[in-house]
Amino acid sequence: MSLLSVENLVVRHGLLQAVRGVSFTIERGETLALVGANGAGKTTLLRAIAGAHHPAAGRVLLSGADLSNVPSHRRVGMGIALVPEGRKLFVQMTVEENLLLGKTAGRPGDWSVDKVLEMFPNLKPRRHAKTGHLSGGEQQATAIGRALMSNPDVLLLDEVSLGLSPLIVDRVYAALQGLIASGTTIILVEQDLNRALAVSDRVICMLEGRVALEGPSKAVSREDVTKAYFGLHRKSPGSVPA
Amino acid sequence: MSAVSTSPVIERGTATSRIAAIAVAVIIALLAVAPHFLSAGAVDRITALFIYVILAAMWNALAGFGGLVSVGQQVFFGLGAYFAIRLADAGINPFLALFTSGIIVGAVSWPLSLFMLRLRNGEFAIGMWVIAALTHLLVNLDRLVQGETGTSLISLNVYDAGARRAAIYWLALASMTALLAILFGLLRGSTGAAIRAIRDNEDAAASVGVRVTGTKRLLFVLAAFGIGIAGALWLATSITFQPKTYFNVQWTAYMIFMVLVGGIGTFEGAILGALVFFLIETWFGGIGVWYLVGLGATAVLFSLFLPRGLWGTIEERFGLRLLPVGYRVRFPAAADGDAMPSPPQATPYREKA
Amino acid sequence: MSNQIIQGILLGGYYALIACGLSFMFSVMRIINLAHGSLAVFAAFALWWLAARFHISPFVGLLIVLPLMAAIGWVLQRFLLERSARGGALLPILTTFGLAIVIDNLLFEQFGADTRSLAPYIGSLSYDSWEWPGSIYVGKLAVIMFASAVILLGGLQLFLTHTRLGRSIRATSEDPDTAGLVGVDARRANAIAASIAMVTVGLAGAFLGMRSTFDPYAGAPQLLFAFEAAVIGGAGSLWGTLIGGIVLALAQTLGAQVHPQGFLIGGHVAFLIVLFIRLSTSGLGLRGLQRLPTRKPT
Ligand SMILES: Nc1ncnc2c1ncn2[C@@H]1O[C@H](COP(=O)(O)OP(=O)(O)OP(=O)(O)O)[C@@H](O)[C@H]1O
Ligand SMILES: [Mg+2]
Repeated sequence: MSLLSVENLVVRHGLLQAVRGVSFTIERGETLALVGANGAGKTTLLRAIAGAHHPAAGRVLLSGADLSNVPSHRRVGMGIALVPEGRKLFVQMTVEENLLLGKTAGRPGDWSVDKVLEMFPNLKPRRHAKTGHLSGGEQQATAIGRALMSNPDVLLLDEVSLGLSPLIVDRVYAALQGLIASGTTIILVEQDLNRALAVSDRVICMLEGRVALEGPSKAVSREDVTKAYFGLHRKSPGSVPA
Repeated sequence: MSAVSTSPVIERGTATSRIAAIAVAVIIALLAVAPHFLSAGAVDRITALFIYVILAAMWNALAGFGGLVSVGQQVFFGLGAYFAIRLADAGINPFLALFTSGIIVGAVSWPLSLFMLRLRNGEFAIGMWVIAALTHLLVNLDRLVQGETGTSLISLNVYDAGARRAAIYWLALASMTALLAILFGLLRGSTGAAIRAIRDNEDAAASVGVRVTGTKRLLFVLAAFGIGIAGALWLATSITFQPKTYFNVQWTAYMIFMVLVGGIGTFEGAILGALVFFLIETWFGGIGVWYLVGLGATAVLFSLFLPRGLWGTIEERFGLRLLPVGYRVRFPAAADGDAMPSPPQATPYREKA
Repeated sequence: MSNQIIQGILLGGYYALIACGLSFMFSVMRIINLAHGSLAVFAAFALWWLAARFHISPFVGLLIVLPLMAAIGWVLQRFLLERSARGGALLPILTTFGLAIVIDNLLFEQFGADTRSLAPYIGSLSYDSWEWPGSIYVGKLAVIMFASAVILLGGLQLFLTHTRLGRSIRATSEDPDTAGLVGVDARRANAIAASIAMVTVGLAGAFLGMRSTFDPYAGAPQLLFAFEAAVIGGAGSLWGTLIGGIVLALAQTLGAQVHPQGFLIGGHVAFLIVLFIRLSTSGLGLRGLQRLPTRKPT
């Protein structure tokens, strides 16, 4: 059985349909990259999986269990953790307090504050600093650490490299590589196509709320993805978005 | 309702609204001649109804259109009565004093608004209550008022009781009509567009250059003026002035009840609410404390389950609009079905404010 | 004079007690509960009823009333405030105001217009005093009240900064959506916060009843006191609330010196002055009620 499956998911923001019937599955230990232009619906999709948006139709299954009526905080307890777009740290609280909050769901596992600080040594001296005062890289590390603290089965990462210098991004990805190697299941939204393809087993490209392309990262070419990204993969030229 | 009959309503009104405009004119005419046919008691009751309509319309102007919920509006009610007493004591004709008092209340509210309008939501609400409590205490210090003993508008007693009753009735009717017309005119004019923008989304309105504070201030002063007039009229009907009665938070409770039940943020709703309140008071006012429990409970239930009130709900269900203060925009069914995000119509303030 | 100042400071303890629940609830849920004062008076009546009817000392009665208040807080949050807050920031004002009217009048219906007091049921505590150097007499009750305020505020501060539940409540107050995404049950956190707030309200009601008289309509002034103390106290920590309570009480004491009717006027004027200064220096709206304590960054 797939670890996570999404079936015909439809998510609206008011009258706007941001996700329009998306389906895919992900196996344990797999890394899935989710790419797509701005506004394609990636964030909405991840947030719906995490339980922050209620789908208008379709469902999300975790190890076969329907999550439709499970609120976000209980999904954390079932093993889904999201590193949200824009990090969304509790800025009035310290790094340590943010990390400890990740433990709220109480899932067993070996992530601890010390282990996170081990993984992100740059956080060590900032342990008791309010996260509002951190640099972007430190904030991102805290956000990832906070999600890891819940010992998730599936880690959802939404644009973890956004706003970071290339050097810091390398560092963050080095840390992620460790996670991937250790068998953590990951869905990752990434704007940098090369990075996305390099790190993942499989890639999904979204276009206007739909899956425009799906395939193994090794097998799809950059051109295919780029075409799907801009909607050029469709037959009729009339459907090219402006 | 001069605004209705003289301004061009046609291009914005519906057939219903044109009939409504005529009906309004007829109703006002009928009300104007009514004292000739009604008993003294009935005239007094209807005078009270006019005052309730003023109170409801003014509180609605502030909360429903300006997004400013105040639980201290009794301050203007009390001041309206107090200034009338003071002016009459200074030798001004008591009827003139009633109107002048309203103007003074409006004038006083202006500097107050500079200060209070910087508070948000609940802070503004209770802040106004503090103002009311303080004003009450200060009025009590006035020798003329003699603390809670109070005083009377004695100079009104020189008039014959029947003539006085009718005069107050007409004054109340005229005040109500004029205040509703002012509000109606405001809502239809360019200020109205600003008001609706603020009601729908204050921050967005500010970002596109709507003068948010100026508009709110206008509503604040108008509400103060109207409620001041109402207080002065109430004084005229009851003659006696006891600060405790006039500065009672109960007045605001009534206003909130009327507007919540009628339909917050709708012009007609406040009037409907006043009518409902008037009937409830007439039927159940005598049963004492359970009546007040009922009012409070009804307010709670409406705020929880029918926050648009009676009129708002009717409007939503049937698309009915008697006195159109806004433009009606219909969205054709979008070809793509889900592609076009059509903005919701006339969103009540509470959804986004 | 110094005697009056000390009395004023001690009275400030009461205001801090009544203010802390209001400001706590606001900082977590962004709701100003207009039924706050009425609920305190309700607690006072409950204690009075237990004492008058069953001869239960108010201190023992608290063992019954405080859990009851906690339950009320939970129910209030789940069935009223949560629903009402979904309608925007203004609707809870109306809901809680309606609730205040219901509570006040139900109390009136049940207990009539007579003023009551818990003083007769606490023995000599209501008038006993200690003599301090300089022939200053301080009432034992006033000292207990002040000490309770300090303990309560300190305890709340520790709870919020050093326990898992406290962290969850702070996270919810900062961002309920993200709190859910890290595993915090925001609805539960809010309901617990409301329960805690109501326990403090119950305690404040007990002291209200012990130190003075109350009647069914005494809720409104208590709400105003609570609001004024909370706003004067300002942002930062719960200790601000204690300062706010003391300033309010001292202003009232001063007002009473100036004019026989000046007690309440003094308090209101002090509140408005502080508000005026705060608004004209910050430029923006009031920040006074908005923050929960945070751990000191190192
Ligand atoms: N909270 C919201 N309310 C209304 N509309 C929203 C909301 N969040 C997203 N949208 C809209 O939904 C669509 C999808 O947005 P989403 O954030 O999911 O896209 P995305 O693929 O993550 O884009 P980006 O690469 O910019 O992060 C967009 O049109 C966006 O404007
Ligand atoms: Mg996104």
